[in-house]
Amino acid sequence: MAEPKVKYDRQLRIWGEQGQAALEKSSICLLNCGPTGSETLKNLVLGGIGSITVVDGSKVEVGDLGNNFLVDESSVGQSKAKCVCSFLQELNDSVKAKFVEEYPEALIETNPSFFSQFTLVVATQLVESSMIKLDRICREANVILIFARSYGLTGFVRISLKEHTVIESKPEHFLDDLRLNNPWPELKSFADSIDLTAQDPVAHKHIPYVVILVKMADEWAKSHGGKLPSTREQKKEFKDLLKARMISPDEDNYKEAIEASFKVFAPQGISWDLQKILNDSSSEVDSNSSDFWVMVSALKEFIANEGGGEAPLEGSIPDMTSSTEQYVNLQNIYLAKAEADFLVMEQLVRSTLKKIGRDSNSIPKATIRSFCKNARKLRVCRYRSIEDEFNSPNLPDLQKYLTDEDSSIAIGIYILLRAVDRFASNYNSFPGQFDSAIDEDIPRLKSTAIGLLSDLGCNGAALAEDLINEMCRFGAAELHAVAALVGGIASQEVIKLITKQFVPMSGTYIFNGIDHKSQLLSL
Amino acid sequence: MADTAATQPTRSRDLDKLLLRPGNLVGPRFEPSAQLRDDVQNHARVLVVGAGGLGCELLKDLALSGFHNLDVIDMDRIEVTNLNRQFLFRVEDVGKPKAEVAAKRVMERISGVNIVPHFCRIEDKDIDFYNDFMIIALGLDSVEARSYINNVACSFLEYDSDDNPLEETIKPMVDGGTEGFKGHARVILPGITPCFECTIWLFPPQVKFPLCTLAETPRTAAHCIEYAHLIKWNEVHGGTDFDPDNPEHMKWVYDEAAKRAELFGIPGVTYSFTQGVVKNIIPAIASTNAIISAACTLETLKIATECSKTMSNYLTYNGSEGLHTKVAEFERDKDCLVCGPGVLIEVDTSVTLQKFMNLLEEHPKLQLTKASVAHRGKNLYMQAPPVLEEMTRSNLSLPLFDLMGKLSKDVVHVNGMTSKNNQKVSCLRKLRVAFKGVDGVTDMDTAGGA
Ligand SMILES: [Zn+2]
Repeated sequence: MAEPKVKYDRQLRIWGEQGQAALEKSSICLLNCGPTGSETLKNLVLGGIGSITVVDGSKVEVGDLGNNFLVDESSVGQSKAKCVCSFLQELNDSVKAKFVEEYPEALIETNPSFFSQFTLVVATQLVESSMIKLDRICREANVILIFARSYGLTGFVRISLKEHTVIESKPEHFLDDLRLNNPWPELKSFADSIDLTAQDPVAHKHIPYVVILVKMADEWAKSHGGKLPSTREQKKEFKDLLKARMISPDEDNYKEAIEASFKVFAPQGISWDLQKILNDSSSEVDSNSSDFWVMVSALKEFIANEGGGEAPLEGSIPDMTSSTEQYVNLQNIYLAKAEADFLVMEQLVRSTLKKIGRDSNSIPKATIRSFCKNARKLRVCRYRSIEDEFNSPNLPDLQKYLTDEDSSIAIGIYILLRAVDRFASNYNSFPGQFDSAIDEDIPRLKSTAIGLLSDLGCNGAALAEDLINEMCRFGAAELHAVAALVGGIASQEVIKLITKQFVPMSGTYIFNGIDHKSQLLSL
Repeated sequence: MADTAATQPTRSRDLDKLLLRPGNLVGPRFEPSAQLRDDVQNHARVLVVGAGGLGCELLKDLALSGFHNLDVIDMDRIEVTNLNRQFLFRVEDVGKPKAEVAAKRVMERISGVNIVPHFCRIEDKDIDFYNDFMIIALGLDSVEARSYINNVACSFLEYDSDDNPLEETIKPMVDGGTEGFKGHARVILPGITPCFECTIWLFPPQVKFPLCTLAETPRTAAHCIEYAHLIKWNEVHGGTDFDPDNPEHMKWVYDEAAKRAELFGIPGVTYSFTQGVVKNIIPAIASTNAIISAACTLETLKIATECSKTMSNYLTYNGSEGLHTKVAEFERDKDCLVCGPGVLIEVDTSVTLQKFMNLLEEHPKLQLTKASVAHRGKNLYMQAPPVLEEMTRSNLSLPLFDLMGKLSKDVVHVNGMTSKNNQKVSCLRKLRVAFKGVDGVTDMDTAGGA
């Protein structure tokens, strides 16, 4: 049936069939289906997530009609989980939608094994104590966890799992893998076969810039003791040399060569980011290692031996002014080298698997191929446990955030969002939740926040009075627009985590709806 | 403060905390009260332009943020490819007008909300239609449509004699845009923050492939597709316009592109890619639309109530590599033709409307052709429709001074064509006309002339 493919066309152009298949295989659990949770799931259901389970023990109240689109007047008095679930089902009938009418806090206490059935849990509007417990459960069961909270005009999103590795990180801007200053023999001999001087004008302006730069870099090196341009003057001189070789001012290929000359000056070998991954202790693999780290281990060997200090060639080239024939030939030279590198890598992966006692064919060819193509762009994301962060945050960073003007509002919101939970466990309501107590709640919240700061090791740190007042004014309100924004971010992170494409956020995202100067904090 | 805890909980339970309680980080004219909430509900009319991915979200978000009087305008009908994000539409709605279905769905779920749909082009409405709204929220995917609405909203703006914008004539806009994991949300207060035109450089024109590349040295799948689409189609079907929505036309282009790709040994031509190139499809997902629309809605609420600080003035969001958000404070272009005080044109009282229109064509900054001229809501000359053209034609030979009620100086609005990047585009310009030798114009004489 062609229908689902057409329906998902606009997103397939972003994450492809593989990303879509991953979404359709996944099962998501939502805790609390107020507007923040409802909006998160709405975005995922539209995109065709496999199955959802909505957990909420509350009944729909009149107040919910004012901030949650997924319930309506006919829902009042009924299970909120049931009503939200049935609207979500209406949005996309290929999604399996279930609900559990139970309070998440109770489920966390009484039935921790409940969570192990899911790919990912979205926990919304949970207080600190439940967050810590749920985090422990999900880490134990290797279930991805993402927290989202909306609170007045503020909120946060936080991912929690031990490790997330990405092969297809799809960065927007990344240096092409052209090896202009380090050509392999086939590229070198192709460049040698083209004469830059004896050309008729039409052919001269159709020589691809890759060829021009390989030849000119070689020429430069020969007359500079094997070295490439490194100083600002040398780089300018190199560009002037290119300019001098133009035989007419309309030669786009030479203009492209001048613009791309920085690719000649770029250092050879692998980036610092990739080196860090190679140095990671996880690359010492054993039978428990994930496929990703097995391939990293093979990559390390490749770079040290066959690769001569370089990762496998990516194999694609950007479009550039050229005759069709020379461009296609050039493309084939890059493809052939990428294929040869892949074959070496495949052998290395197979033998690594054998060494650690796994079936040498247990990683599919296509996965290894994709790994090779993206070897320079690998990403590893790790997240501290909630308990660690809450009890022993990174103190120097915390102090820096508190004193730096640019981050003082964001860290203020972070501290106050934690303080309101402490407040609630002490006073049985959130600060400013009721109009009658607002005046006494302000000083109480202030002293709670100061107490929290001193527990974290920041004695004498102050928070802006204005912000404390605003927090009390918000009175734990869940505003629809804030919930839609926070839920939108949460759902976007879910997609990246499940498709294993692009790079999920790190740290805690503090949403600041007051002036939109939101910020990521790493504590 | 009244204790509402004892009273019956209402729909505005959460919103009331924001609108009924005094705050510290709020706008200077914030007056928290039940009255404020009710005023937003009953009197603040907001127009949502576009009922697509952003528009659907905007309608829902605004309706749940206390705005109960909304209008939505969109000329499109629902397509299957909308369903991955435009959550107000179902499979059985395919083919129906977006504006009508979107309005109906939101009204069905939120009682008390009234949404008036307009299934038409934005250009089909009178300029005055747009003046009836307190705020205009834009959920569009085209530069041209944004530019048009921006022109309209800025045309209401008037300046005092010191060139300060008159506050009651400012028509605020919030504008959102998305592409894949990226998006922007901005606040435009004409005369105060940069208008769309002031920062037009944020939307560089799309780069087109040179025709000689397509014809002589194709290298990529896109080159083969554009050859079939832009060159081969006309060679073979001369006279029949290519219709991107006609599946047979698309199939033909795909087949031709595939043949050409094979001939040159170029990989990558697929049907889906062909559609993407020919229709210039922008990838779109629900989450990004949700984020951007929510940001726009928050700002709409703040403009209407001053219940918090305003975002100043351009938010960018990028979720593809980690998560990056940034607020940039762009500055107005003081000489902007759209949101500035208007180009000053000095003429003699004897100049006829026709002569005035000729001056606009020759004016180096304006280069305005096919002009329709309006003064204080009255059409002095209209290019179309034919009925109106005929009715106003006789004005062409009359002195502009008489047509403008013998005022020494006043503003006229001119709708017409101008050229931008060597392309003819429609535009709306505000012009300050001053008549030489008439009382009260002396101060303008020293202003430097046209
Ligand atoms: Zn402007």
